[in-house]
Amino acid sequence: MIVDQIPHLRRYARALVGDREQADDLVQDCLERAWSRMHLWRAGTNIRAWLFTILHNLHINAARRHNSQPRSFDAAAADLPVRPTQEDELNVRDLWQAFGRLPEPQRAAILLISVEEMSYGDAAAVLDIPVGTLMSRIHRGRERLRELMANPGDNPGNDTRTSQQGRKR
Amino acid sequence: MTKPSEPVSEMDLHAFVDGQLDEARQREVAAHLAENPEAAARVAAYRTQKTALKAAFDPILKEPLPRQLGLPTASRRTLHARWAAAAAVLLVAGGVLGWQAGGMFTPAAAPGTAVVHQAAVAHAVFTPQKRHPVEVRGDEEAHLVTWLSNVLGAPLRAPRLVDAGYLLVGGRLLSATDGPAAQFMYEDKGGRRLTLYVVTDPAQRGKTAFRYAEEKGVAIFYWIDGPLGYALAGKMTREELLKLADAVYTQLGR
Repeated sequence: MIVDQIPHLRRYARALVGDREQADDLVQDCLERAWSRMHLWRAGTNIRAWLFTILHNLHINAARRHNSQPRSFDAAAADLPVRPTQEDELNVRDLWQAFGRLPEPQRAAILLISVEEMSYGDAAAVLDIPVGTLMSRIHRGRERLRELMANPGDNPGNDTRTSQQGRKR
Repeated sequence: MTKPSEPVSEMDLHAFVDGQLDEARQREVAAHLAENPEAAARVAAYRTQKTALKAAFDPILKEPLPRQLGLPTASRRTLHARWAAAAAVLLVAGGVLGWQAGGMFTPAAAPGTAVVHQAAVAHAVFTPQKRHPVEVRGDEEAHLVTWLSNVLGAPLRAPRLVDAGYLLVGGRLLSATDGPAAQFMYEDKGGRRLTLYVVTDPAQRGKTAFRYAEEKGVAIFYWIDGPLGYALAGKMTREELLKLADAVYTQLGR
């Protein structure tokens, strides 16, 4: 039930906002809202999609309240849990950098599909968009990542911070 | 190579990578890729992206949860604070009424005492029953939980207490002061029975710490969590029951 989804909610939130504390606050808000609205959840329906929808809405509302663009994910400063292994470090780091420069709607779509492995239907429901819109975000996001990976030199965010102080475990 | 029945679209390539095509279409797209290196290269790139993103973010699943996370408390009190509060209740009660005297004691009237009384009565009435202790047996747990959830209008769960040595006997529907209530019954190897009494919409909604009471010789821990009030009852010592209450709370409340 809800408890089983907490690790997944944390992963999505962290991947979306980058900062660990901010992400966990978002998850906590989501859980409190979910518990207070448990009576609105219909037993037998997909609790995972329901929880992710709550989380997504809270995130959007918070960004709106602070009258700010949704933050772009800073791969260098993000609390990513592990270092990639040496051989693929460069590649993976480039990918994170590139991923962080995608517009947030594309990041959210890609995370739900590629990392959370939701069905297209569930992911579209979470983001409250038609499946066609979801698909086009995934397509644009993945194509952009492909370009950025093919031409890492074009990547102005490819600075040296990652190997200096920005790396957190 | 088989001819694709329909031209393969960009969307098909993504759905192929994400495993969201039906089997027939999956085969058609695979055939298309074998003949189209450009499409195959794109699929390979998408796959790499997916693998790398998962590799980056999967370890978060394994992280221990932050201690405060998941506790349904409006005030964000930590579990530690809840336990401190519960312990304080025990100490005060023990101090005032004589812990060692071991007698019964009645806590000051507090929200939830109606629940305590009903839970104690339900425990006393049904646990001695040999043939019909429950309406629906534990081997039909899914049915039991769905039924009671529907009647109470809230998703219930029957906590698993196997680790603590208790198995689910089953449960029944009861009527409380203002509406329905549910009772789940557990039993250990020695035949000792434990009941979890659940009501919806108790007078005081919100969250409370554990409170302890004894009534009819039954020890009871009770607490309110959102729309549900819980009372765990058993004929045992406070310490034994406290361990079980912790297990129940951890499963239901988090």
